[in-house]
Amino acid sequence: MTVRRPTLVFSLLAFGYAFLYAPIVSLVVYSFNESRLVTVWAGFSTKWYVSLLENEQLLGAAWVSLRIAVMNATLAVILGTLIGVALVRFGHFRGRSMLALMAGAPLVMPDVILGLSSLLLFVSMEQLLGWPDGRGMTTITIAHVTFSMAYVAVIVQSRLGRLDPSLEEAAMDLGARPWKVFFAITLPLIAPAIAAGWLLAFTLSLDDLVIASFTSGPGASTLPMVVYSSVRLGVSPEINALATVLVVFVSTGIIIAGISMQRRARRDAAAR
Amino acid sequence: MRSHSSSKARTRWLSRMRRTASPGRGLVIAAPLLWLVVFFGLPFLIIARISLSETVIGLPPYSQLLQWIEGGMLQVKLNFGNFVLLMEDSLYFDALVNSVRIAAISTLLCLLIGYPMALAITRARESLRIPLLMLVILPFWTSFLIRVYAWIGMLKGNGLLNNFLLWLGVIDQPLQLLHTDFAVFVGIVYTYLPFMVLPLYATLSRMDHSLIEAAQDLGCRPVCAFWRVTVPLSMPGIVAGSLLVLVPAVGEFVIPDLLGGPDSLMIGKVLWTEFFNNRDWPVAASVAIAMLALLVVPILLFERYRARGGETV
Repeated sequence: MTVRRPTLVFSLLAFGYAFLYAPIVSLVVYSFNESRLVTVWAGFSTKWYVSLLENEQLLGAAWVSLRIAVMNATLAVILGTLIGVALVRFGHFRGRSMLALMAGAPLVMPDVILGLSSLLLFVSMEQLLGWPDGRGMTTITIAHVTFSMAYVAVIVQSRLGRLDPSLEEAAMDLGARPWKVFFAITLPLIAPAIAAGWLLAFTLSLDDLVIASFTSGPGASTLPMVVYSSVRLGVSPEINALATVLVVFVSTGIIIAGISMQRRARRDAAAR
Repeated sequence: MRSHSSSKARTRWLSRMRRTASPGRGLVIAAPLLWLVVFFGLPFLIIARISLSETVIGLPPYSQLLQWIEGGMLQVKLNFGNFVLLMEDSLYFDALVNSVRIAAISTLLCLLIGYPMALAITRARESLRIPLLMLVILPFWTSFLIRVYAWIGMLKGNGLLNNFLLWLGVIDQPLQLLHTDFAVFVGIVYTYLPFMVLPLYATLSRMDHSLIEAAQDLGCRPVCAFWRVTVPLSMPGIVAGSLLVLVPAVGEFVIPDLLGGPDSLMIGKVLWTEFFNNRDWPVAASVAIAMLALLVVPILLFERYRARGGETV
């Protein structure tokens, strides 16, 4: 069969990308607009970036979000990797189906349910145990870990499932204990998946409005919470500037990750 | 494809791994399981409990179900009033039906846009596939809230889309696009598209292309080969992608709140309003229970798909 390039399918692909990127491009363009009005182009200006830097409420919230995201990603990676290892390598054990169900359900569970249920748990725990004392960064982090570890588990699981077990087997044959095998062989092999999982958990946490709103307390407003309350009041060029900063930040990260992944793949191919 | 001998080695190794009963193994299972039971499982029991209590003024704003009364008796007070309210007040029922309608239409639209995209990526040159896939995922890494916000600027009365259509001469006065169901469809399709494309790509890229060639050799035209070979073989991806969009979309709050109109309520927004504006925790909890009752079948369906080895990401 000759390789046909189905024009229809490819023009639909182009349409899909236009749909995905047009809003983002418009955000970036209008962040440099002199005028406050989104539709009127009044000349190039970077004044919204200056006012972004002077907005202490936004910067404070960004700092809170960043700290929560780092804590969340670290905890989620540890727990999610354990889930992945247990589900892929341990065969059948008691509680396996329960673990699989509870590690999978947060992937599709609506945010409002996760948020409300976590809040009600924290309130009940506080009544019974006296902990957590009030709500804030700790409670947001716990709620975030609970759903983001599910995403880490999915990534680790799929990487572990594709791994050739002969290396691990060789180490076992040579007398290494299981934990030694894990740290010396398995962990380096699944490191890219763990790194991807960390970044995903970090982003999910940085991005979440609903769960954070439910589980937050006074004095712990995250970035999405502040953005949301300002967006509700209407379009603001300052938010456009913030969006542009995020887009530049994220695309740089992704491009670096992509290039290093391709280099790695090429090196692996050359080694073989 | 794994060769036969290595799959045998794998089985041998796995069975030995299973037999090694080390305390570390128990810990590996126990740590995440304990976390999930306490912070994910237990809350559902608490939601169920609070949905059966009464609203009171105080902190926390709900009544206790169990109370010690005189003579050491334990009194159990269950209040089904919240569920009666949910049944009687058409607001809740309408919101639930409307959420399912909007989520279902959005899922279909996602499939219609996502399927050709996934197909085109699998047919692209090999070196282009990963970058093309990355381009689909990239917007997902930028803030969800900001992407929804971007559509306000696009859809407003004097927004970009209206200006573009006016310039083309298709319309002669701005359309009301923002605060309509249309805006909600756009918002949901836009934010959930990667969740549709990824599982579709995963199944389509694993598909054996010789099957399509065989169908065409046997006289099936490309359109017929698509419907009779490609679509049935990609069913697992279609199911997984649809569930990944449908289930969270039913409970979506941000999109209907920022883009939707006042007359099309969605259940996630109702729950949010009950909780934050009316401070009625028991009613919010019973709305959550109603949502869960509705979503439990699709969630279990999704789990079954995953348990059979389906890849989602």
